[in-house]
Amino acid sequence: MPENPGASGRVEITRAEVAHLADLARIDLSEAELDHLAPQLTVILESVASISGVAGDDVPPTSHALPLTNVFREDVVEPCLTPEQALSGAPAVDEQRFSVPRILGEEA
Amino acid sequence: MSAADTDGLVRRSAADLADALAAGETTSVELTQAHLDRIAAVDGAVHAFLHVDAAGALEQAAAADERRRTGSPASALDGVPVAVKDVLTTEGLPTTCGSRVLEGWIPPYDATVVRKLREAGLPILGKTNMDEFAMGSSTEHSAYGPTHNPWDLDRIPGGSGGGSAAAVAAFEAPLAIGTDTGGSIRQPGAVTGTVGMKPTYGGVSRYGLVALANSLDQAGPVTRTVLDSALLHELIGGHDRRDSTSIDQPLPNLVDAARRGAAGDLSGLRVGVVTELAGDGWQRGVMARFQESVELLVAAGAEVVEVSCPSFVHALATYYLILPAEASSNLAKFDAMRYGLRVWPEGRPDASAEEVMRASRDAGFGDEVKRRIILGTYALSSGYYDAYYGQAQKVRTLIARDFDAAFARADVLVSPTAPTTAFRLGEKLDDPMAMYLNDLATIPANLAGVPGISVPSGLADEDGLPTGFQVLAPALADDRCYRVGAALEAALLQRWGGPLLDRAPELSTNGATR
Repeated sequence: MPENPGASGRVEITRAEVAHLADLARIDLSEAELDHLAPQLTVILESVASISGVAGDDVPPTSHALPLTNVFREDVVEPCLTPEQALSGAPAVDEQRFSVPRILGEEA
Repeated sequence: MSAADTDGLVRRSAADLADALAAGETTSVELTQAHLDRIAAVDGAVHAFLHVDAAGALEQAAAADERRRTGSPASALDGVPVAVKDVLTTEGLPTTCGSRVLEGWIPPYDATVVRKLREAGLPILGKTNMDEFAMGSSTEHSAYGPTHNPWDLDRIPGGSGGGSAAAVAAFEAPLAIGTDTGGSIRQPGAVTGTVGMKPTYGGVSRYGLVALANSLDQAGPVTRTVLDSALLHELIGGHDRRDSTSIDQPLPNLVDAARRGAAGDLSGLRVGVVTELAGDGWQRGVMARFQESVELLVAAGAEVVEVSCPSFVHALATYYLILPAEASSNLAKFDAMRYGLRVWPEGRPDASAEEVMRASRDAGFGDEVKRRIILGTYALSSGYYDAYYGQAQKVRTLIARDFDAAFARADVLVSPTAPTTAFRLGEKLDDPMAMYLNDLATIPANLAGVPGISVPSGLADEDGLPTGFQVLAPALADDRCYRVGAALEAALLQRWGGPLLDRAPELSTNGATR
C-alpha cells in the first residue's frame, strides 16, 4: 500500500480491491457491480485525495462538532421495550429469541 | 366547503392555520382532510409520500379539535398537520429510510422529534420519500422511485429530503420534518422554492433518527415560510437525555427572532459574503438572485463584508471521507439477524449467518449505499486511515477555524444554497462526483455544526426555476438565521407582490400516476 496515496495525485482502486472491500463489508457484489463500481470509486478517490497534506501535524483532529464528553445519567431502571416489541421486526423468532441462521461451520 | 375553499386552506401558512384553529374558523379535521385530499389529487405525479396515514391523521385531528373545543390546546400548532421524513422512527407507522432493507418495518418506538410532534397535537399525514438512508442530492436513490419537483415534474426535488420539500411545495402539507447531513434540508428547499432550516448540531434530538453520519446528522423544519420554520423548530428542539450529543441549554427565542426580522430592520448587522462559495461554475441566474438578495439586506440596514474561508475548498473532499466512514459503520447493523430484510443465497437453505448477511446486504442496499459503504470501508482500512480519514478530521478542524475567524468579522455568513437550480431526473445518476458537487455550499455547516437556513430568493432567468439564499450563523445562534431569513423573505415578498410558490405551475389534480 502506498505511504501517501494522495501525494502522487493518482489513485486507482482496482476491481480486486473493491471485491476485497465488499468482502470486509459483508456484501456479495455481482460481477457486473464490481465492473461498475471500481472506475466510479477511482473517480471519487481522485477527487478526495486532494486533502492529503492540507493539514499539518500540528492540527488536531475534530471528530465531533460539539466538544461534549462523558454524558451520563443516573443509573436507574427505566421503562424499555417489551420482549414482544423488541422481537416485532425480527425475520424469524423462536420463543422469546431471535432465530438466526447457523453461526458455526457445521449443521446445527 | 367548496373545492376552491379547500384549495385556499392548503395554501395557507401553518401560522395562519394555527390562528384559524384558535379563532374557531376551521377545524383540524377539516384542514387535515383538505391536505389528505390534496395528497390524493397530486401525489401520483409528485410522489412525495412513501406512506400516507389518513386514518391516524384524522384521529389525531379529532383529538386536537376536542382539545381546542375545551380550551386546552397542546401547543400553538395543535391540529396543524405535518409530514415526516421516512428516516425518523414512528411507532406503528412504516419507516423504510427509502431502502428495501427496511421495507415493511414498523418501529416499536417513536423518535423524540416524532414524540414531540404527537405531544404537541400535530396530526402526522405520512412519511416522505428520500434517497436511500439519506445518501443523495436528488431523491433518485430511493428504492421506491424518485420524487418529482412540483415546479417541473421532469426535474429533481433535491435530496436527500426531496419528499418533505416537494410535499410542502405542492401544498400536500403545511409543515414537514427533514434531516440534514450535508444539505438534505437546505438544498431541497432551494430547488423547490421552500424554506429549510438545519439547526445547530445537537439542537434537535437525534434519538430515533436512523443515523447516516452521527457527527453530521441534524433534524429540522421544512416549511413555506420562515416564521413557520421557527414555530416548528421551537416545538421539536431542546435537550433530550436520550441523545448524548444533545445540547443541554435552552434554545434561543426563534419565533421572536423571525417576527423581529420580518419587521425589516437589520441596522448594525454585519453580513459576510463567503468568497469561496460563489464564482466559476455557479449558475448565472443563481448568482443574479443572490446578488439581489444581498442588496435587499443592505437596503434593510445591514453592512456587507467579504470574508474568505480558504479551507472551504476542501470541505467536499473532507465530507466524502468522513460521511462514508461513519455510514459504513452505521449500516453494519443491517445484518439480517434482528430486523430488516433477510435473504437466503439461492438454493442454499443451509447457508450460514454470514452468507445470509452477505446475500441480504447485496439484495437490500442500492447502488449509492453500496458505493459509500465500500468507500467508507476503504477510508477506514489500515494503511489508508491516516492518509484519508485522519486527514479529513484535521481538515475539519481547519474548516471550523475558518468559521470562527469569519464570525469574528460578521454576524452571519451568506451564500447561494446550491450552485444550480434543479437538474433533470437521471442527468447525474451515473456520475456520482457531479452529484456530490451540488452540496458544495451546504456541507461546511455540517462539518462545523453551525446552523443554516435556505430561503427562496427567486427564479433563475435562464430556466425559470427556484433559487435559494443560505444564511449561516455561529453555533447556538440559530435565531440569527431566522432574523435575517425573515427580513429577506419580507423584502422579497414585497417585491414579488406574493409568495414565490404562487408562480409554480398548477399541478394536474386527477390523481393519476405519471
